[in-house]
Amino acid sequence: MGSIDSSFFDIGRLDALSSKDSPVHRIDPRLKVLTTLYFIAIAISFDKYDPAGPVPLLVYPMTLMIIGEIPFSYIAKKLLIASPFVLSVALFNPILDRCPMLNLGPISVSGGLVSFASIMTKYVLTVSAVLALIACTGLDSICSALARMGVPKAFTIQLLFLYRYIFVLGEEAARMTRARALRSFGGKGLGMSVYSSMIGHLLLRTVDRAQRIHLAMLCRGFDGEIRHGEPSKIRLSDLLFLAGWCALFTLLRLYDFPAWLGKGLGRLL
Amino acid sequence: MSHHIVEVKELKFSYPDGTPALNGVNFRITHGESVALVGANGAGKSTLLLHLNGYLTPQAGSVRIGDIPITKSTLKQVRQTVGMVFQDPDDQLFMPRVYDDVAFGPTNLGLPPDEVKQRTMNALALVGAVHLKDRPPYKLSGGEKRAVSIATVLSMSPAILVMDEPTSNLDPKARRQLMSLLAEFDHTKIIATHDMDMVLDLCSRVIILRGGEVVADGAAKDILNNRELLDSSGLEKPFRLQEAVWKNPSGFRDARYAGIKGIEELRN
Amino acid sequence: MHMADALISPAVGGAMWAATAGLTVYSARKLKEEMDERKIPLMGVMGALIFAAQMINFTIPGTGSSGHLGGGLLLAILLGPPAAFLTMASILTIQALFFADGGLLALGCNIFNMGFFPCFIAFPFIYKKIASSGEGAKRILAAALAASIIGLQLGAFGVVIETVFSKISELPLGTFLLVMQPIHLAIGIVEGVVTASLIGFISSTRPEVLEAAAGPARGKPFSIKPVLIALILVAAFTGGVLSWFASSNPEGLEWSIARICGNKELKSPESGVHALLSRIQEKMAFLPDYDFRKEKPEGLAKSESAQGKENAWPSMRTGTSVSGLLGGAMSLVLAGLIGFGIKIFQGRKSGRRDG
Repeated sequence: MGSIDSSFFDIGRLDALSSKDSPVHRIDPRLKVLTTLYFIAIAISFDKYDPAGPVPLLVYPMTLMIIGEIPFSYIAKKLLIASPFVLSVALFNPILDRCPMLNLGPISVSGGLVSFASIMTKYVLTVSAVLALIACTGLDSICSALARMGVPKAFTIQLLFLYRYIFVLGEEAARMTRARALRSFGGKGLGMSVYSSMIGHLLLRTVDRAQRIHLAMLCRGFDGEIRHGEPSKIRLSDLLFLAGWCALFTLLRLYDFPAWLGKGLGRLL
Repeated sequence: MSHHIVEVKELKFSYPDGTPALNGVNFRITHGESVALVGANGAGKSTLLLHLNGYLTPQAGSVRIGDIPITKSTLKQVRQTVGMVFQDPDDQLFMPRVYDDVAFGPTNLGLPPDEVKQRTMNALALVGAVHLKDRPPYKLSGGEKRAVSIATVLSMSPAILVMDEPTSNLDPKARRQLMSLLAEFDHTKIIATHDMDMVLDLCSRVIILRGGEVVADGAAKDILNNRELLDSSGLEKPFRLQEAVWKNPSGFRDARYAGIKGIEELRN
Repeated sequence: MHMADALISPAVGGAMWAATAGLTVYSARKLKEEMDERKIPLMGVMGALIFAAQMINFTIPGTGSSGHLGGGLLLAILLGPPAAFLTMASILTIQALFFADGGLLALGCNIFNMGFFPCFIAFPFIYKKIASSGEGAKRILAAALAASIIGLQLGAFGVVIETVFSKISELPLGTFLLVMQPIHLAIGIVEGVVTASLIGFISSTRPEVLEAAAGPARGKPFSIKPVLIALILVAAFTGGVLSWFASSNPEGLEWSIARICGNKELKSPESGVHALLSRIQEKMAFLPDYDFRKEKPEGLAKSESAQGKENAWPSMRTGTSVSGLLGGAMSLVLAGLIGFGIKIFQGRKSGRRDG
C-alpha cells in the first residue's frame, strides 16, 4: 500500500471502473465469483516446474479486461506494486535449487529458475483475475453475491460497512496526516507517541460515529437485520459464462496446449 | 391529524457522568408549524432532539408525538412518524448505493417491494435526486448528500421532520436550494440550527434553549429582533436584521462593519 | 506477511478456506447470540479505522524505518473475539480484492494467520489473563506486548507452514523460520507498544468505550471454544500435512478432508476439482511429455517424500521442455491476438450501434 492519498485514489478508481456497463459487468456476480475461484484453483494446480502450462489461462482475465473496458496499464501497475512478498519468497528458488533442468543451447537453466518463472506466471494470472473481477463487478454486488451463496450476513454486511466508511475515515486520516506533516520538521513529530494519540482521537471519533450511524439506522426501523440487494435472476447467458469458462479451464488443465503448440512449431521449423 | 403534534412536558435528562443536559423543558408544537430550535453550543439542542425520536428515554417528564407517549412499545410507530435528518450526512448514508439507502426505511417497515420502490423513487424525485440513485454516497457533493439524506427520511412518509443543522457545510447555492426545498414541505418541521438567516426565512416560531431550559418561545419576528435576549443566549441577530445592513442593505462594507461592531460590543 | 495465491497449493488453500469458513460461521453465530446490534455499524467502522490507521506510518525509534498497525489485537480488545475476527476477515478481503495483497484462494490462509491467532488465541489466552489480574498501565503494556508478539509469531509460523506444505517455494522450513520469526518479533513489539498506548489513551479519556465493548462477551465465557479451536487446528494441520501428498495422492486428501470437515467443504471447487482433474489426467495421460509435469509414480509418493531432496527433481527431458516453453510464449502471443480480435470486434459493434 502506498501513501494514504494514492491508496484511496486506487479504491476509488476500481470502484469507478466497476460502475461501467458492459456484457461482463452484467453477468450475475455469483457466477463471476465462482468462475474466478475455479480459475485460481486451476491456475495454481499446475506443477511448479511447468511455467508455460498455465499461460493460456491468461485469456480469461484478458477477456474480462477488454470487454469490461478495464485499462491494461492500470492492472499492470497494480501487479508491479503488489509483488514484493511473492517476489522475495520466489527469489529463493533460483538460489536454493541450482540443479540444471533443461538446456537451451549452451545455457543450462536450473530447476529453481523454472519454478521461479512458474510462481511469477501464477502470480500474474491470479492477481490479474482478482483485480479484473472486482473492476467489473464492484464490492456491493460481490457482497450480495456472497450473502446469497450462504456466507453469514454478519460478515457480508460489515464488509459493506467497512467499504462505505473507508472513504469517510480515510479522508479523516488523510487530513490528520497532512496536519501532522505540516507541523513535523526534520522527522520530529512522526514518532509513536504522536501516532498513538492521533489514532486514539480518530478511534474515539469513530466510536461516536458508529453510535450516530446506529441511531440513524434505528430511526429508520432497523431491527438487527439488514435487507439489501434485490434478488437478481440467473440468466442463460450467465450460465453459459460459467460453463464455457470452466470447460475451457478444465481443457487447458488436461491438455498441455503450449506443448502442442511448441512441438507443432518445432516440426514446422 | 393529531399525529403532527409534538408535546414535551417537564423533560429532564442528565448524562451518566452527572452532567445535566435538560432541566424541565416544556413546549407544544402543532400541525404544520415550522419551529427553529436555537441555542449556544451545549445548550441541550442535540439531547432534546434525541428524545424526540425515542433514542433517549426521559428521566423525568414526558414526550408525546400526537396521541402517543414515547415508550418502548410505541418506538416503532414514533420513529415512523418522526423523520430525523442528521447533521453529518455520512452518518445517515451508510448503504452502498443511494437507492438502497432511501429504500432502507420502507424495507424495514415491511412494505411490499413495489411499494418500497414507489416510495423510494417518489422521495428521490421530491428532493430532485433521481439521477443519483445508482451512485455510491461517498461520490456525492455536500449538497447532494444533504438532499439524499432528506430523501431517506421522506421515503418513510413521516408527519414530522426533525433536522439537525441542515444548512451546515453547504455552499451558498446549495444552502439556498435546500431552503427552498424545505419551504415546499408541509410537514411539521423542527430545525435545530445556528443559521439565523435560515430561521428568518423558514421558521415562524423560535424556541431558545439555554442551559437545558427554554428561555424564550415565540414568534420568529419578535425573538429575532430582540438583541438582548439573543446576546444572552450566545446568539446573534440574523445578518439581514443587523442595523447597519438594515439601514443600507446594499452595502457590503457596511455589513462587514456591522460584524466588527458586533464583536466590539461583545467585548464591552 | 500476506500469503499470495501463487505461493500455495490448492490443497493448502482449500484446507485453510475450510477452517476459515468454519470460524466465520462460528463467529457470526456467536455474534447473533450476543444480540448486541450496536456492534453491526461499530464493527464496520472500526474496520475502516484500522484500514485507515494502517496507512498512517510512524517512525520506529532508533531505526528510522516506519511501522504501522496490524490491528487484530486492538479489535479483539475493543469488540470481543468473534466480532474482531469478522472485522479482520473483512479488512483482509478488501485488501485482497483491491490491493492484490494476498489472493482470493490465499484469503483463507490470511484470515487464519492474521485473524484467528490474535483474536481467538492471543487475546483470550494471553492478553485477558495478564490484563485482568490487576490494574495499571504497565500491566496493560505487558499484556499487549505478550499477546501481540505471540499472536504475530503464530501468524508468521502459519505463513511458513502454509508455504512449506504447498511445496511451491524451495525455502526449507528451518531457513524460512529463521527469516520470518525474528522479523515478526520486531513487528510484534511495535504492535504491542502501539496497542497498549491506544488502550491507555482510551481508558484515560473514555473508559466506557472499553467497558461497553467488552461487556456482554466478558460475562459469558466461551465454552465450546476449546473444542472448536482443537477441531480447527487439527483440520488445518491435517490439511497441511496431507498436502505433501496432494499432487500424488489426491483421493487420499479428498477422503481426509471429507472425514474431518464433513461433506460441505468438499464442494468447494479447490480440493474437489483439483483431485478430480488429477484423476482424469492420470487416465488420459497420452501426451508424450506428460511426465514433464508429473514425475512421481503413484505408489512411490510416501517413500519419496521421506527420502527427501535428491528425488525431488523431475526427470530431464530437455527436448520436450524447451518446446513447452516455446509453446508458452506462443500461447501468450495467441492470447494477445484473441484479445486484440475481441477488441476490434467490439469496436466495430459499438461503432455500428453509434452509427
